[in-house]
Amino acid sequence: MNYFTNVDWYDIWMATLDTLLMLGGSLFFTVLLGLPLGVLLFMTGPKQMFERKGLYALLSFCVNVLRSLPFIILLIVMIPLTLLITGTSLGVAGAIPPLVAGATPFFARLVETALREVDRGIIEATQAMGASTRQIIVSALLPEARPGIIAAITVTAITLVSYTAMAGVVGAGGLGDLAIRYGYQRFQTDVMLVTVVLLLILVQILQSLGDRLVVHYSRK
Amino acid sequence: MIEFERVHKTYKVGGREITALEPCDLQIPQGQIFGLIGHSGAGKSTLLRLINRLEEPSGGRILVDGIDVTALPAKGLRQFRQKLGMIFQHFNLLSSKTVADNVAMPLKLAGEHTAAEIRTRVAMLLARVGLSDHADKYPAQLSGGQKQRVGIARALATSPKILLCDEATSALDPQTTAQVLQLLNELNRELNLTIVLITHEMDVIRRVCDQVAVMDAGQIVEQGPVAEVFLHPKHPTTRRFVFEAEQLDENEMANDFAQVQGRIVRLTFQGQATYAPLLGQIARQSGVDYSILGGRIDHIRDVPYGQLTLSLVGGDADAALAQLKAADVTVEVLRA
Repeated sequence: MNYFTNVDWYDIWMATLDTLLMLGGSLFFTVLLGLPLGVLLFMTGPKQMFERKGLYALLSFCVNVLRSLPFIILLIVMIPLTLLITGTSLGVAGAIPPLVAGATPFFARLVETALREVDRGIIEATQAMGASTRQIIVSALLPEARPGIIAAITVTAITLVSYTAMAGVVGAGGLGDLAIRYGYQRFQTDVMLVTVVLLLILVQILQSLGDRLVVHYSRK
Repeated sequence: MIEFERVHKTYKVGGREITALEPCDLQIPQGQIFGLIGHSGAGKSTLLRLINRLEEPSGGRILVDGIDVTALPAKGLRQFRQKLGMIFQHFNLLSSKTVADNVAMPLKLAGEHTAAEIRTRVAMLLARVGLSDHADKYPAQLSGGQKQRVGIARALATSPKILLCDEATSALDPQTTAQVLQLLNELNRELNLTIVLITHEMDVIRRVCDQVAVMDAGQIVEQGPVAEVFLHPKHPTTRRFVFEAEQLDENEMANDFAQVQGRIVRLTFQGQATYAPLLGQIARQSGVDYSILGGRIDHIRDVPYGQLTLSLVGGDADAALAQLKAADVTVEVLRA
């Protein structure tokens, strides 16, 4: 263990746990909010079933604003709102609202794109069967777009992993925070190496899990 | 019975009005196979989609079994659509669902059946279209003809009285087309199913339809029983479709006629007259010599027909023609 003199494995373990907590919590709420938002974007979009030019433009604008904001800024700007939602602006709980706010618009756009890939003929056939709008979404659109939506969740999860690295700003901890504070600011290269390798493993697991699920649900 | 009363459809594209369907009156009787033929952009697809209001009419009324479809509110329209089957050129099956789940879909959406009822009905439908062994496959594992048969089973799931076919055979090869048309033919007779089909192939019309309407530039330009329209096309568009299907060329025919002497007549035989040895008999009796310039012999739906173009030389041609007319042969004199 001579090479890893600076590494406190307990700290690493706690940081890993923090990263996983932030990832799990924020991914859950991102999908919960982003999926309906993506469906709404798709449905109100140009030439779709519920084309609403004004509403689509408004939603689209909000999504673009949130997406263009650097995450580190969002983290700080959101502090009052975060306090309101979770009661604290610090730690893992304080990081989740800005993470969700940062990832939801991104995820919603990916969902919108996945839904646009669904053959219009399938929507038409489902309409011709006498399906209600809710039935068209639940029984046709979402099942048909499932591989695309799983791929979107995968990409979003990986994006969230990199966002969590900045969550140290509000004291949320996590592997990225450890890498910045010890690895970068204190020149502890061994800590940097361990955290980066752990993040790499996490991303690898997420990506291959996502890819497998996509293959499993692809029937084309 | 489907009735169109002054139904028309216009689109607005960039401030300009485009007419997809000129005001149109049409009656499609129960139990018939009704064909709509036209080139792409002729308005046939619009007309078909007006029946289940996948396209909203700009004006006029559409009555299906006396119910004004154009006046139905959203919920009523959904219930009406549940009682109407539709199949598509590209099948439009859900790739994420198995064959059985695709067929079950209209029943599940209607929400009026138990799971056991749905299973029984799906098994019966798949057996009817000959796909019982493929129930658990996904559409991507099937051939085009099999996919369309799944489409037909799905369309018939809720026991509709009307089936709309949108270019249902246009993506299939000739042999598969024949099988699918045969299936539609049988279903029409078994279930007294009204079938409205659109196509750009005269051959599809000839093989299965009772009535045909020819569309051009948003208008129905010719309409009638298939035998009448097919054997005696009047409108230029209809003539083009028929000549295309028969690989005939009007210019070539005119050239051929210039080479021969005597009268030129076209004889059309239908039903039993097709099989009778009329031509030889009558030629012997009247002393007329004939040469055959062209002809076609085939079936319209199940009725055999023959159409021959002859030049007549010598003998008593008038008597010969009178005898043919007496034997229910339609005689058209192309050159006196």
